[in-house]
Amino acid sequence: MPSSYLVLILYCAVTVGLAWLLAGYMHRVFTGRRVWPSPLIGPLERACLAAAGPAAARPQGWAAYGAAVLAFNLAGFLFLYAVLRLQGVLPWNPQGIAPMPPDLAFNTAVSFVTNTNWQAYSGEVQLSHLAQMVGLTVQNFVSAATGMAVAVAVIRGFVARGDGRVGNFWTDMVRAVLYVLLPISVLVALALVWQGVPQTLGGAVRAVTLEGAEQIIAQGPAASQVAIKQLGTNGGGFFGVNSAHPLENPTILSNMVQSVLILLIPVAFCFLFGRMVGDRRQGWAIFAAMGVLFVAGLVLIHGIEQAGNPMLAEAAGVTGPNMEGKEVRFGATLSALWAQATTAASNGSVNAMHDSFMPLSGLVMLLNMQVGEVIFGGVGAGLYGMLLYVVLAVFLAGLMVGRTPEYLGKKIEGREVTLAVLAFLSMPLGILVFSALSAVVPAGLAAVQDAGPHGLSEILYAYSSATGNNGSAFAGFGAAAPFHTTLQGLAMLLGRYAIIIPMLAIAGSLAMKRPAPATAGTFPTHGPLFVTLLVITVLILGALTFFPALVLGPIAEHVSMLGGQSF
Amino acid sequence: MNDHIRPALASLGLMILLTGLAYPLAVTGAGQALFPEEAHASLIRQGDRIIGSALVGQAFAAPHHLHPRPSAVDYDAAAAGASNLGPTSAALLAEQAARAEAFRAATGAARVPVDAVTASGSGLDPHISPQNAAAQAARIAAARGAPEAEVRRLIAAHVEPRWLGLFGEPRVNVLRVNLALDAAFPLAPTAPANEG
Repeated sequence: MPSSYLVLILYCAVTVGLAWLLAGYMHRVFTGRRVWPSPLIGPLERACLAAAGPAAARPQGWAAYGAAVLAFNLAGFLFLYAVLRLQGVLPWNPQGIAPMPPDLAFNTAVSFVTNTNWQAYSGEVQLSHLAQMVGLTVQNFVSAATGMAVAVAVIRGFVARGDGRVGNFWTDMVRAVLYVLLPISVLVALALVWQGVPQTLGGAVRAVTLEGAEQIIAQGPAASQVAIKQLGTNGGGFFGVNSAHPLENPTILSNMVQSVLILLIPVAFCFLFGRMVGDRRQGWAIFAAMGVLFVAGLVLIHGIEQAGNPMLAEAAGVTGPNMEGKEVRFGATLSALWAQATTAASNGSVNAMHDSFMPLSGLVMLLNMQVGEVIFGGVGAGLYGMLLYVVLAVFLAGLMVGRTPEYLGKKIEGREVTLAVLAFLSMPLGILVFSALSAVVPAGLAAVQDAGPHGLSEILYAYSSATGNNGSAFAGFGAAAPFHTTLQGLAMLLGRYAIIIPMLAIAGSLAMKRPAPATAGTFPTHGPLFVTLLVITVLILGALTFFPALVLGPIAEHVSMLGGQSF
Repeated sequence: MNDHIRPALASLGLMILLTGLAYPLAVTGAGQALFPEEAHASLIRQGDRIIGSALVGQAFAAPHHLHPRPSAVDYDAAAAGASNLGPTSAALLAEQAARAEAFRAATGAARVPVDAVTASGSGLDPHISPQNAAAQAARIAAARGAPEAEVRRLIAAHVEPRWLGLFGEPRVNVLRVNLALDAAFPLAPTAPANEG
C-alpha cells in the first residue's frame, strides 16, 4: 500500500512536469512564433491555410469564430456519418463488417465530433479498418483541436484590449493538429507498437491453442488510434473493452504512457493560460483548484478499490482488492489511477470496467463528470469549463463585498454572469432531465442491467458521461437501443455546444472591454483564498445539483452493501 | 455562413488525408519495419501452427495446465468483454462463491486468491497472480507425474516483477508457463495433450 502512494505521486510529478514543458511550447505555437519543428511543419501549415482560403487569415470576433467551429464540426459529422453508413461497400474491411444502422451511426458520429467518444458499439465487431482510420481517427484529431482552439480563443477574450477579436479558428485548429497532436501521436504510436499494440491492415488471426481449441484474435491499425485517443481526451478505443484489452494496452509501460497522456494537454492548458494572460500565477491558481479536486478523488477511489468488496468476503471467503473487471497486471492501484484520470479529464478510455467498481468509487467518478468536466477536463474544454466557474466565483465574491467583480482587470457584469449560468444549466438538463426520462420510460429502463440502486447509477453514469463529453460507461448499460442512442446523441450535443457558444460569447464580451489597472480594492485571483473560493464554487454548484440523485444511486448502494443487502 | 463553407470543406479534406490516411499508414509502415512481431499481435508459433498471442489470454481446462482467470466471454479474442456487474449483484456474488468453492476443491488451497474468482475487464487477461499460480502447482505436478518442487520452481521462474520494482503487480503469463510445462514435463503418450 505505501508503495502504491509513491506510484501515484510519481505519476502526478511526471505528468505535471511534462505538461509544464508542453505549455511553453504551445504558447509559442498559438502565438504564431517559431518552434523547433517549424522548418518541417511550417510549409504544411501554410499549405493547409492557403487551401482554406482568405477566411483562414482574418481575425474573427466571437460570433464568426463560433460559426466556424459549427461549420467545421457539421462537415465532420456529415462525413463521419456517411463513412459509418457506407463501410460495408468501402475498402479495408477484411472482416466484411456490415454498415451501422442509422441511429447508431448518428450516435457514433456525434460522439466522435463532440470529443466524447461514447461507444454504443464494439470496435472490433462493428467497424471496418477504413471507418476506424478515415472516420474515427480523423475526428479524434480535429475534435481535440476544436476544443483546444476554443480554449485559446476564450483566453484571448480575457486578454484582448477592447477590439473584440479572439483569433482565427482555422489557424488555431490547424496549428493544434500539426504542431501538437500529430507529432506527439506519431512518437507515442510507435512506442505502443514496440510494447505490442498491433498496427496492421490485415484481418483477424486464427490460432489453435495447446488444448486444441480455436481462438480468433482480432487486430488491426490499433496503435495509431490509441495514441491520439489518449492524447486528445477522446477515449474511443480500437477494441470494445478499450485499454483493458491486452492488445490495446499490453504492458505496465504502455499503461503508464497512456495514463500520462490522459492528463498531459489538460494540465498544460492551466499553464498555457497563465502564460497567455501574462501572469503565470493565475495559471497556477487554476491548476491548484483542479489539482485539489483531482487528488481528493484519486485518494478516495484508490483506497476504496484497494479495500475490496466486503460482500465477496462474506459470500465466498475471498479477501483482497476489488478485482472484478480489472486486469492482474494493473491491479487495483493502476486501475484506480486510470479511473480517476479518465473521468476527471473527460477522456473516457478505461483500463478496467467502471460498472464493477465499488459504489463510492462510482460516486467519485460520477461527480468528476457532473461538475462539468472541469477537473482538468477535456483538452481545452476543461479550461474554458473552469473559466465558467471562475466567472461565477468572482461574481459570488463581488456579491459578498458589494463591489463589481473583476477578473484579470476585466469587469464581470450581468451579461457574462447570465451567459455563464446559461452554459452551466446544460449539465443538469442533460444529466438530470434525460436520466429522469430514461428512468420512467419503458424503452429507457430496458437498458438497465443491474437491479437495485446500481441500476439507477448505470442510467446516471450514461447521461453524466454523455453530457460531460466523457465517453466512459457503466458498460452493463445497454446503450445500443435506439432510445438511448438518440437521447445520448442529444445529450452530447448539448454538453458540447451549449457550453462552447456561451463561453465564446463571454470571451467576445470581455474582448470588447479595456482592462482596468488593479487597485487596492481588487480581489486577487492568484492566492489561496481565490483557489478555495473556486473549489467551493465547483462543489456547491456542481455537486449539490446532483446530490439528491447520487443519494438514490451510489450512496444507497453503499449503505445497502454495508447492511449485507445484495440485489 | 458562406464564409465558412470553403475553409470547412478544405480543412476537413486535408485533415482526412493527413490524420486519417497519412498518419495511420506511416505508423503502419514504420511500426511494421521496426517491430514486425509486435505490429502483428505478438503471435507464438509452433512450426506452421499459431498457438496464440503472447499478450492475449486463452482458456485452459486440462489438469496438467495452468488455468487462467474466469472470463465473461470465455476468452473470445474476437469479441472481448466483462461481466460489468456491480459489487452488490446477487448473481455475481453467487458466481464468485461457486468459483471459490471450485478452486478450493481443485487445489486444496485454504486461501483463494481474489483473481481466481473475479473476471477481468477484457475477458482476455493473459496473467494470473503468483499466488494463484502457486496454488495450482500440486494439481499440475500430479497430472504430469512430475515432482511438485520442480513445477513450483518453473512457475516461480516465470513470475514477472513490478515494472521498475514499483509499478503494476507481480504476475504470471499463463500461456508462457504452459508452453514451458509442456517442454519440461511432456505428457506420457497415453494422455493426449488435446484432451481437456
